[in-house]
Amino acid sequence: MINKVDLLVAGVGGQGTILAGRILSQVALLQELEVKMAETHGMAQRGGSVITHVRMGKKVNSPLVPLGDADFILAFERLEGLRWLSFLSPRGTVIVNTQVLHPLPVLTGKVEYPGYVLEEIKDKTATSIQVDALNRDPVSRNSRTLNVFLMGILARQMPFPRETWENALELVIPPRLLEINREAFTAGYCLE
Amino acid sequence: MDKTVLSGNEAIARGAYEAGVAVGTAYPGTPSTEILENLARYPEVDCNWSANEKVALEVAIGASIEGARAVACMKHVGVNVAADPLLTLSYTGVRGGVVLVCADDPGMHSSQNEQDNRHYARMAKIPLLEPSDSQEARDFTAYAFELSERYDTPVMVRSTTRISHSRGIVSPAAPQRITVPKKDYQKDAPKFVMLPGYARMRHPLVEERIERLTEEAENNPLNRLEKGSSKLGVLCSGVAYQYVKEALPEATILKLGLSHPFPLKLAKELSDSVEELLVVEELDPFFEEQLRAAGIKVKGKELFPATGELSVEIIREKVLNEKRETIAVPGDLPPRPPVMCPGCSHRAVFYTLKRLKLEVMGDIGCYTLGALAPLERIDSCICMGASVGTALGREKANAGAASHTVAVIGDSTFYHSGITPLLDIVYSKSAATVIILDNRTTAMTGHQDHPGTGTTLQGEEITPVDLEALCRAVGVKRVTTVNPFEMKKLQEIIKEEVAAEEASVVIARRPCILLSRDIHPPLEVDADKCNGCENCIQLGCPALSLVNDKARIDSAVCNGCDLCLQVCRRDAIYRPGEQTSPTEEGDKK
Ligand SMILES: Cc1ncc(C[n+]2csc(CCOP(=O)(O)OP(=O)(O)O)c2C)c(N)n1
Repeated sequence: MINKVDLLVAGVGGQGTILAGRILSQVALLQELEVKMAETHGMAQRGGSVITHVRMGKKVNSPLVPLGDADFILAFERLEGLRWLSFLSPRGTVIVNTQVLHPLPVLTGKVEYPGYVLEEIKDKTATSIQVDALNRDPVSRNSRTLNVFLMGILARQMPFPRETWENALELVIPPRLLEINREAFTAGYCLE
Repeated sequence: MDKTVLSGNEAIARGAYEAGVAVGTAYPGTPSTEILENLARYPEVDCNWSANEKVALEVAIGASIEGARAVACMKHVGVNVAADPLLTLSYTGVRGGVVLVCADDPGMHSSQNEQDNRHYARMAKIPLLEPSDSQEARDFTAYAFELSERYDTPVMVRSTTRISHSRGIVSPAAPQRITVPKKDYQKDAPKFVMLPGYARMRHPLVEERIERLTEEAENNPLNRLEKGSSKLGVLCSGVAYQYVKEALPEATILKLGLSHPFPLKLAKELSDSVEELLVVEELDPFFEEQLRAAGIKVKGKELFPATGELSVEIIREKVLNEKRETIAVPGDLPPRPPVMCPGCSHRAVFYTLKRLKLEVMGDIGCYTLGALAPLERIDSCICMGASVGTALGREKANAGAASHTVAVIGDSTFYHSGITPLLDIVYSKSAATVIILDNRTTAMTGHQDHPGTGTTLQGEEITPVDLEALCRAVGVKRVTTVNPFEMKKLQEIIKEEVAAEEASVVIARRPCILLSRDIHPPLEVDADKCNGCENCIQLGCPALSLVNDKARIDSAVCNGCDLCLQVCRRDAIYRPGEQTSPTEEGDKK
């Protein structure tokens, strides 16, 4: 049995990070691990920077991942991947959707969106997986599957059987959306 | 595997349900909103949104006097609004159990202050329960009703953001509700009529009750000593307990679940058994001061901040002097503040107020985002309803202020606490202009219904408030309604009403786009006509940006409202299929 896994799911309000966290907590439950997760609700959900902490293991106390402790960061947008990097452990893995979403201060020309984001992430982390998810099937057809596609990539890196993930999807995702999300999960899982 | 994963708020709702609660009330507010939303899923519980927190608690009190168990839920600042009934409810006590659940927001994730509501339990002299995870959120809430009836007192359950919005394991997986028959209604004036004569008889009972409750807290299993090393003892409650367990696993811990009244004997026992005593508590030195008052030597706020949230890292750093190396993130990353949605009904109003250079007394809701760049059109925001009273106050201090000031308030906020100051506007012969942003919902907290929407929490249809008639009934003669997306008209009306020498209300009515889904194909920019004047950029719409000195519309973000088209002076923005008239230059190409 694993001792503990700490993860952060980072993104922009409205991108579906909370659902990703719920799939993860379901996986932990199926693996008979204790799990806690802390979500962002309220004001930030209006297009602000949002973060979900997920912790699983034999015993979990704080619902928040301590700085430098995360085994994985799953980032739905590149700048958000970089923003939370101080939470990643030196041996940790970051999975980044390379999409760019300009925050308002960038759109209005007050500040510039930095050009160095992906390189900085790559240079500073032990393992970084960078994927242009929006141009991958089936996310390119249905952008709402972005979260489950990224989940698939993460699942491949984690020490749980694929079957557990598939069961968790079934428990968390409404039946009418299950088929397309299964497809997205498989695409992420099998990504080379 | 008889377990499930619940958020703290879901767990609180379940605990109340399982305890046989009959009536649930609330006014929404992050991080407490989902409690009532979840409680309403159980058909046995009569749940309703109240107009504000004071009403929510009063309805719960009424249900209790009738003989049923009731729960009122609110965010921390909501207790300020409900404080009046709360402090006297302490005197009357209850018939059916009454539980007030409040959710504090250390760190102000979604709040205007980070007050520590534990003080309310002390001021009201009522018991306080502080769960430290989802399991306890369920268990403590259910237990609170028992405690309430046993001691004839309201009970406060205090959560915080990290309890309410964290998910964790709860067992058993399925709720088991006990049946609590309603007691018979009984007239009992000395208990429930707080005339001075009766209240004087009740107050000694409150003092005696808090003494008995202190005995309870000394012996209650919710307050437990976890023996560890004799070097270090820690006293803590709520989520701070979890941080302590993780950062200082060796320490001897006194974990308080029933944290007011304070179990001083237990604390002494802890203090006597360890070399050094720490109090780890978020926000105020609530326990620390009580320990110091009893002459117990303790370290607390000299180590830990009284602002913001605590964390495992802060405790490790302050107690163990241990700081981990972390990956350095560039300090100058662009921030990503929340924004009004593309197609938001509030944007046009703030753009217009900016254009008219008006000063704005603001209020709380999605529209508070009008304070941020590029609109930057809110000069104050204190608490719900304050826009109207502060606009009046400025006018009183400076008679001319009304000619360049407006109050801006959302519909839900107006029903919550905007009506009473509007009465004063009329009563004071003020010339103020109040703009009500009627987007037909409580958007900020996740789209709850309210008396103006015509729908109950259960989705039942009711007669909505006639807002115009309400404002007229209060005595406002100038009441105008406008669709804010007709920007020319909006501007004319605001100008005229601000100039008018009597009070006026402008109702800017347009449903929230997240509810109406009034979405159209994205607009486009004719780059030949755009001269990069940035008029449209000043709307602060996340679909608009300037690329190579030309406006650009992000088709993935644009919801097809036409505000940018309306503010463009060069006809450079158009709806696809409705090409604009070509300019001369355009003709030549
Ligand atoms: C006393 C109090 N209760 C609750 C809240 C939480 N809260 C902030 S704004 C708001 C209502 C917003 O609704 P509305 O005024 O209609 O504006 P909208 O968000 O729809 O634009 C609520 C419930 C609060 N800040 N203070």
